[in-house]
Amino acid sequence: MTATVKHKRRRLGLFRNLSAKIAAIPMIFTTLVVFVGCSIWTITYSFTKSKLLPVKLFTMPVEFQFPLSLFNRSEEGFLTWVGFDYQWNGFSQLINTKFLVGFAQYDRLLDASRNSRWAESVENILFYGVFSLTFSFTVGFILAALIDQKVRFENAFRSIYLYPFALSFVVTGVVWQWMLSPDGIQDAINQFGAWAHIGILENLPFKLMASGETVIFGLLLAGLWQGTGFTMVLMLAGMRGIDGEIWKAARVDGIPKWKTYIFVVIPMMRGVFITTLVIAASGIVRLYDLVVVLTSGGPGFSSEVPAKYVYDYMFARSNLGQALAASTMMLLTVVIILIPWMYLEYGRRKER
Amino acid sequence: MTKAIATPRGPKPNRISPGRIILYSVLLIAAVYYLLPMYVMIATSLKDLDQVREGNIFAWPFRAGFDAWIKAWDTACTGLYCEGLKVGFWKSVQITVPSVLISIAIASVNGYALSYWRFRGSEVFFTILIIGSFIPYQVMLYPLVIITRELGIFGTLPGVIFIHSIFGMPILTLLFRNYFAALPVELFKAARVDGAGFWGIFFQIMLPMSIPILVVAVILQVTGIWNDFLFGVIFAGTQNWPMTVQLNNIVNSTQGVKEHNVNMAATILTGLVPLTIYFISGRYFVRGIAAGAVKG
Repeated sequence: MTATVKHKRRRLGLFRNLSAKIAAIPMIFTTLVVFVGCSIWTITYSFTKSKLLPVKLFTMPVEFQFPLSLFNRSEEGFLTWVGFDYQWNGFSQLINTKFLVGFAQYDRLLDASRNSRWAESVENILFYGVFSLTFSFTVGFILAALIDQKVRFENAFRSIYLYPFALSFVVTGVVWQWMLSPDGIQDAINQFGAWAHIGILENLPFKLMASGETVIFGLLLAGLWQGTGFTMVLMLAGMRGIDGEIWKAARVDGIPKWKTYIFVVIPMMRGVFITTLVIAASGIVRLYDLVVVLTSGGPGFSSEVPAKYVYDYMFARSNLGQALAASTMMLLTVVIILIPWMYLEYGRRKER
Repeated sequence: MTKAIATPRGPKPNRISPGRIILYSVLLIAAVYYLLPMYVMIATSLKDLDQVREGNIFAWPFRAGFDAWIKAWDTACTGLYCEGLKVGFWKSVQITVPSVLISIAIASVNGYALSYWRFRGSEVFFTILIIGSFIPYQVMLYPLVIITRELGIFGTLPGVIFIHSIFGMPILTLLFRNYFAALPVELFKAARVDGAGFWGIFFQIMLPMSIPILVVAVILQVTGIWNDFLFGVIFAGTQNWPMTVQLNNIVNSTQGVKEHNVNMAATILTGLVPLTIYFISGRYFVRGIAAGAVKG
């Protein structure tokens, strides 16, 4: 059959299978224009000193102007809209060689002495990423292994661990912001201490959000609350996929359960771990909503993250070139995460 | 399924073996950690402002009432207007419903074409689509602002719907492709022999058979789009900001006293739609989120 198909394809070319091609237009648009095209655009413009917005802002009604930074708050604390300076000189400016600045945006971005904000953002996301992955993998695996012991109310436990994942980061951020504020858990503990006459508890400080040193732990507490259930579900799916015969064999050989988990189950779940790692890691690189709601990047820059840096430079400071350089760095990070994974995936498929 | 084979793993454990007690204690402690914020949300939202000021977030409300809920829904200030969250709720509905329908329509056809009507390059597009889903949104954000602006839909509901349809495509296409690929190919062949074409087979055979995966896709998309913040704030325009953005505005406004009971009521209201879907759908939800992980 393949031979005839090949033959036909050569003859009819473009018009063969036309309905399928028409049906796939949205997909082709998304891949070529959005994923490939937009990425190339961003990379290209990261080498310019573009400050202006290459869009026809002035033709838009006033109320459609740009969404500005969430942090330009009015005195009442509501979001406000600040106009842009629209000295748009046309596209010719973009082709102008003076406009190209080479790696200047990257120099500015990466030079920690001049730009501590980016350096801190990267440091924060690395710290957050390492902690969050370690913790969610460990806890996720342990919870999955425990649930896998044929416990009663398995569904109830699983639903409880996973429900935060169904919530928006905004919801998570709002709740934890309050719980971690001085009026939150700290106050509850102190009141309990006063009531029970326990001196230590009476003045126990628990305000993670107040200091730059600890704010990242507040972020982690909230992020892990939301995300660990997801890791657990994936791990549980992996465990359920393991052949029951292996458990029988281990039992026959008299290997204790915990040893079977460590030496047999974990190596067999390599694929699940890698996939979970890739999904979780690319989620961490994107981390934005939670930070905005929970800390607004503060105190100082101590909980800034790269995604927020990009957004702020893009929309609030209208320093597009800088924002695009930063987002290109984010892209690079994801590529570095993805390439080994794709290599493994491809290798595995070949083996089959 | 493999679990059924693995059943005889020894006798049923005694109910009071020490190992079991530790097991259940750990599970319960973890459950408390996960449930605590929900408890705080509910308890606080039922308190009146006097009790909120007394502190102690874990205390049960003395005089439980829904005043805070009514205020959050009807009169809380979300910016220049004080019309409560209901505005954002309806905007979220207006964004979510069309986005879900459009993205699923596109993705189901994509998945079908990729399973049965492969054309030259179709697999390449699919691969780019899947890899593209890992690209940070920030990379594509600005060019997309330009594209939507040029199309005249920036800052409008169609604008944000367009964006959601694009970013929903990778995972949904994967979902549908895997589902259709698992159906017996004889079905397709028989329909071809009977003379059915691309759309005929899709509407008369494939679509009626894909109810389970449609449910998964709807759940995945409704929760995902309802919970979105970034695209809403950028592409929808101020007058169309979804519920999540409005919630942030209510909570992070510094005007006057912080009304935590109203904030928490607003938070529950925002989380209610995805939570309801989650608790009703159960297994389907898990299948949706695991879909991205169990491919290949």
